[in-house]
Amino acid sequence: MKASERPVAARLPARAGLGLKTEHYEEILSTRPDVGFFEVHAENYMGAGGPPHRWLEAICERYPLSLHGVGLSIGAARPLDQAHLARLRRLVDRYRPASFSEHLAWSTHDEGFLNDLLPLPYTPETLDRVVEHVDQTQQALGRRMLLENPSTYVLFAESTIDEIDFLDTVAERAGCGLLLDVNNVMVSAVNHRLDPFAYIDRFPLQRVGEIHLAGYDETVDAAGDRLLIDAHGSPVRTDVMALYRHTLVRGGPLPTLIEWDNDVPDFANLFAEAHRADAILAVEIARRSAPRAA
Amino acid sequence: MNRSTLALALAGSLTTALATAVYAAPVTADYMSGKEKCYGVALKGQNDCAAGPGTTCAGTSTMDYQGNAWKAVPAGTCTGMNVDGHMGSLEPKSM
Amino acid sequence: MGFTTSQHAFAAALLDPGSVLPEGVTSARGAADPLRFAVYRNNVFVSLVRALAQRFPVTERLVGEEFFRGMARTYAADRKPASPLMFEYGGDFPDFVASFPPAAGLPYLADVARIEAVWTDAYHAADAPPLGVTALAAIPPDRLAASRLVPHPSAGLVRSAHPAGSIWAGHRDDPVMPPASWVPETVLVVRPEMNVNVHALPAADAAFAAALLAGASLGEASGASSDVSDFDFGAALVGLVTLGAFRAIAMGEPQ
Repeated sequence: MKASERPVAARLPARAGLGLKTEHYEEILSTRPDVGFFEVHAENYMGAGGPPHRWLEAICERYPLSLHGVGLSIGAARPLDQAHLARLRRLVDRYRPASFSEHLAWSTHDEGFLNDLLPLPYTPETLDRVVEHVDQTQQALGRRMLLENPSTYVLFAESTIDEIDFLDTVAERAGCGLLLDVNNVMVSAVNHRLDPFAYIDRFPLQRVGEIHLAGYDETVDAAGDRLLIDAHGSPVRTDVMALYRHTLVRGGPLPTLIEWDNDVPDFANLFAEAHRADAILAVEIARRSAPRAA
Repeated sequence: MNRSTLALALAGSLTTALATAVYAAPVTADYMSGKEKCYGVALKGQNDCAAGPGTTCAGTSTMDYQGNAWKAVPAGTCTGMNVDGHMGSLEPKSM
Repeated sequence: MGFTTSQHAFAAALLDPGSVLPEGVTSARGAADPLRFAVYRNNVFVSLVRALAQRFPVTERLVGEEFFRGMARTYAADRKPASPLMFEYGGDFPDFVASFPPAAGLPYLADVARIEAVWTDAYHAADAPPLGVTALAAIPPDRLAASRLVPHPSAGLVRSAHPAGSIWAGHRDDPVMPPASWVPETVLVVRPEMNVNVHALPAADAAFAAALLAGASLGEASGASSDVSDFDFGAALVGLVTLGAFRAIAMGEPQ
């Protein structure tokens, strides 16, 4: 099937989706599990050819696709890498994903690509830069993108803008949507002594096009305070599921991705995570469609 | 050998080979099953957005790994192999 | 402090474990916390080492996990990925291995790493139908010597003074198989369809294959092997084409 003939979901369904892991390719194609969508990290499919594209094409013929970038470095002070933007454009043209998203973070510096999502201070200067970079990305891709809230372990003395206001203003000025990572909210809130429910209550949920869920790890910092790590190596924790339920009650049913990238379980266990999220989505959908009690 | 003799020699050699060719088989057999046969081996993606295992290990200092101060010796499957008929030295060579 | 300056300071502190925390990094308690910053520092290095371990699994197996991590950590200290495509990271890791003093006792190690590097390159290379042997028969005899073959996008050659191909193949799976004999090997890695194939070429064809893949004409490549005993031009050419090493013929002028 040519790309131009491929059925394209205009947007992701309000269902649970799964991060596509190479370990599960074969089982997915053989058993066709009822998963709302699959999401891939864009950079893993930027090779010229070979098996990755062969597998992804087969998956894309059967499921809506979300493309999630991890290497654009939108939060960098330096200009965006034009070669990388061009690669993203080719990938978007080839697979026509239902969604494209990236992170409010940086990873490229003079020394090269640092392969981590690094934090940035929230100031008028960094806000302008991020707006400019999101705008350039959307121009280059010819489509709207979603920007994801980060999980962070440190704060910056120079920050003068609240994270939610920062994201809301970027979305307003650049015209992008937001990706709300509920696990990141929990990680950052605990790490910075904030109330995660209050964060969700203030978040502009009408701008959110997708939710991410994942499992965090827990440790303590040098002073013995709780330190949560965005590890993606376990089931979604109970407190994050509760926060997710709260998010749906406020914002309505939204496409919801389960991210599990380390110690990847067999497909049955990953699929069970999708069922957990689908069940919560179903309750919210039913609640909204039920006639109100007199 | 002049040019036309070379051309004739090459062409003759090629003609013979085209009739008889057998060649180097892969040095390893691929044990692939099911869809991997036509889609190829599914290699793990290298890009990720999670904090990987080991992220919270304290004390991952580069000092342990700087240049000649590092004393470790190879300890994998190489230890069972002969190099040039005698056991390869596993001690770091002094520089 | 401006954005560029503060990001530069953050990156510098991240990459230098001996340095103090960058100015302006704080925590909810107010004071900076070294363990919090260390999460980023460790994640950078751990993820780079892990990427190398994924690309060079046989190299890791040969030396063991601890040695490999130390070697990879030393490499990563000075060489960050040039692009965000992590599957490209480590292209010059084999050269680093070759010059890494603690690995000097394993002279074949760098060549095994070279096979693994070209294997990944072949895996991600552009897809192209390989040249078939029937196309060779269509070259007019008088144009043969001046013709060149266009390498397949996935083709890579590793010439080793050791049996690097056999070592690589014998250490991928259990049980480990040492090479049957300690002879030099020239290894062709190529992916004509979806499967990456690794071939140990006949010794007599090594120079010929290297010349052709480097762009020499058939006549030039044949000349480069004229003093190699057992070299058979037709057999070598048909053999390499059969393996899928080439994509097309660039026809030469009649001679």
